[in-house]
Amino acid sequence: MVDEKEQIRIGIAEGAILATPGTLMTAGLGSCVGLVIYDDSRLLAGMVHIMLPESPHGRPSHPQKYADTGIAWLYERLMEHGASHAHLRAKYAGGSQMFQALQMEALRIGERNVRAVTMHLERLRIPVAGADVGGNVGRTVWFELPSRRYLIRTARGDERQI
Amino acid sequence: MRRLHVDPVTLDALREFGNIGAGHAATALSTLLSGRVKMSVTDARLCPFSEIVDVVGGGETIVAAVFIRIFGTISGNMFVLMSLPSADRLLERLLPAPRKAQEYTELEQSAIAEVGNILSGAYVAAISDLCGISLNQSIPAVAIDMAAALLDIGLMMSGDEENQAILISTSLVHDGNNIDAYFFLLPDLDGTEVLLDILRGKIRHG
Repeated sequence: MVDEKEQIRIGIAEGAILATPGTLMTAGLGSCVGLVIYDDSRLLAGMVHIMLPESPHGRPSHPQKYADTGIAWLYERLMEHGASHAHLRAKYAGGSQMFQALQMEALRIGERNVRAVTMHLERLRIPVAGADVGGNVGRTVWFELPSRRYLIRTARGDERQI
Repeated sequence: MRRLHVDPVTLDALREFGNIGAGHAATALSTLLSGRVKMSVTDARLCPFSEIVDVVGGGETIVAAVFIRIFGTISGNMFVLMSLPSADRLLERLLPAPRKAQEYTELEQSAIAEVGNILSGAYVAAISDLCGISLNQSIPAVAIDMAAALLDIGLMMSGDEENQAILISTSLVHDGNNIDAYFFLLPDLDGTEVLLDILRGKIRHG
């Protein structure tokens, strides 16, 4: 069990904390946003797979689903794990509009998700260290500790790092 | 808090509802391609998000998807999903020139969209007749990408507080050409309650 690294797979509207060397991963982000907040002074990071900008009420049973409650949830978990606020940084990706042909307000949800994430990070004064958003591609993403690299792979096979 | 509950009798009715819709879509497909189209028994269930993408082989599976918004008495989203080999075989049948590039051309995408449109049109017409309600559909939109990325828009409109949605799914297989397609109908959360009321009314009144 010496070099066992933790691999955490996060489903749609879920979230998790990683406090050992390992990987947080979420597959197939479309209009959803895969947000990571990490502490750049210790081995600590968390990811949420955000689906919608706003929770319909204050205490949803799955807070990770919404930008407002998801970011609050992630922030609280990180602070419980001993994060230092001044060292928190954020990286995120997603927020695509997968179907281009339709001019439906609901299809612009990706854009609204990204706007909500940006706003709530600003409100908490967490600097953004990298982002890869928009367009019309699906993304599978990984965040690695200890490197703090955020890797993105699209359906077209492009790979990027933020 | 909004949590969907569906009893077994209602699920049976939903399944029958999907069967009738998909049956008409299968007829449309066999007319379009000529030859026999086999249809699976429709599956209707209250499904956690994670299982919805598993139906098509997992979230990262690359699929061709046609998205159609349904509105009227019941609102919801319909997806016609095809594996890429199936989409390629379909295009070979429909278009004169063989496929070359890896990327799908505009013409190829609009051919896929049109097939989705014809199939969903048959489906929607059948269920609106059956239920005696008025349903309309948007123009089709097509995209080729990871299944989870394409379906998330449907999940966000259909999901309840517990991240479950009503999924009515049927698979169609065109024998001769080995083309298989999935039909996903995801009623909106509001649409689901209306739909369930209509079906319960039908059950009560026979």
